[in-house]
Amino acid sequence: MIKEAINYLSSPLYSFTAFIFLFWLALKRIDVVGTKKFGLGLLIFTVTVFGWMITDKVFFSIISLPDNIPIIILNGLVFWSTWYALYKGHQNDLRIAKGEGPIEGTPENREKVWAWPNLVYTELFCGILCTVFLIVWAIFFKAPLEEPANPTWAPNPAKAPWYFLGLQEMLVYFDPWMAGVVLPGLIVVGLIAIPFLDINPKGNGYFTFAERKFAIAGFLFGWIVLWVFLIQIGTFLRGPNWTFYGPFEYWDAHKVVAENNINLSEIFWIKLFNTSLPKNIFVREIFGIIAVFGYMFGFLPLIMKKWGKNYINRMGTIRYYLMIFLILGMMSLPIKMYLRWFINLKYVLAMPEFELNL
Amino acid sequence: MSEEAKTSLNRREFFSFLAVGWITFGAAVAGFASLIFRFLYPNVVFEPAMDFVAGYPDQYPEGVDERWKNGFGVWIYKKDGRLVAMSNICTHLGCIPTWLPAESKFKCPCHGSGYYPNGINFEGPAPRPLERYKISLNAEGKIIVDKTKVFRYEKGEWSNDGAFIEV
Repeated sequence: MIKEAINYLSSPLYSFTAFIFLFWLALKRIDVVGTKKFGLGLLIFTVTVFGWMITDKVFFSIISLPDNIPIIILNGLVFWSTWYALYKGHQNDLRIAKGEGPIEGTPENREKVWAWPNLVYTELFCGILCTVFLIVWAIFFKAPLEEPANPTWAPNPAKAPWYFLGLQEMLVYFDPWMAGVVLPGLIVVGLIAIPFLDINPKGNGYFTFAERKFAIAGFLFGWIVLWVFLIQIGTFLRGPNWTFYGPFEYWDAHKVVAENNINLSEIFWIKLFNTSLPKNIFVREIFGIIAVFGYMFGFLPLIMKKWGKNYINRMGTIRYYLMIFLILGMMSLPIKMYLRWFINLKYVLAMPEFELNL
Repeated sequence: MSEEAKTSLNRREFFSFLAVGWITFGAAVAGFASLIFRFLYPNVVFEPAMDFVAGYPDQYPEGVDERWKNGFGVWIYKKDGRLVAMSNICTHLGCIPTWLPAESKFKCPCHGSGYYPNGINFEGPAPRPLERYKISLNAEGKIIVDKTKVFRYEKGEWSNDGAFIEV
């Protein structure tokens, strides 16, 4: 009963929405999240739930695949380090509010030590430990040896390496040009651009949350919600034919899911206007073109009115528009996901004649 | 000439050394690049032929036939007196969909694109229907499938000559 409820609720629509909500709540109530009590409680809760879940045969068979074990480790590390940074930030915020300054700035913490040998020895030791870990790993978990590659056959489900499963999950909602080239390119370029975009000296050398709310929330949204969480869905909840399966659901290759995706042009011309699609593709896709340009440029005056002046004064015009462009690019993913879930939208702009689908 | 001047280079010697150095370096890089380029063209390529003989049209039952899928990557589909040769490459990102007889659809294992038996896309992210290959009959009355010529639905090519044969 509980397991069925979990299966049902972990469908991408519910779990993604719930995760966004929890993410928002965690940053909103940083005074609760940023305490040791909360961190300990979360750890105990997670370990208990996880321990209960692995007693389930189906769930255990999924998570114990050699490919999936790194993701379990990743989960622990990512959420621990995120919580730890928020905790440190919150402790500093409390100190700053009292006028004491960040803990990193106290006289005893300002003492300096030599990189050699203090840092280099630690690095060497970590390097050795990592090598040992990898060797032990390679002994225990063999890389599966499969039959020779056959260009006319694909395994089912065909999964990318675990660190790319977020990308693969993204590809469910986008054309390969978009999710395979443009958006990953934006991620890489955007990460490279951070030192150029972010000229706010707050938080340099010390943890803080209150002073850097927007930057931290924006980065964590892209990283935790859009990358790490999609890896979870792609890994644990996608089975044969890339169909969604709950964590306790047997991967039945014949699970039937009613899904009939349509393009925006079909919604407008066929459903609303009751006519056939126009022959000219630019007339056919006019609503998609309007929607895409509206999304890229229509929000600009709105954002400008609310935050723009303040940000432009601080960052400069080029940095501001670059940042808005990156944020709009990032937000196109959750928007497209919800459009797919709610109105079965395949593509906003569908021009397969030019291999252009957005 | 003093002793010191002999041990160092004069301007002319310096430039000739420089030229020799650069020419050697350039030749080495060009040679290495040509090796890499040659490496892109293997001596033997184990690829199935781009065209093949697929037997007589009356050997095929109504619906989707999988017999050439593993060897040549082609599904033969017969419906309403027309026989077509369908590509087995998903139009989304080039995975190989699976034919599910029970559900009567093609389903891609990579991102969940689904196609009707005639190749029209309806599920998942696939932007356009499966491509069709040129199909014709030879003098003996056998089917010839030519994968070098592709017919795309969104360009209105499925009713072109060679996209199907009447049976």
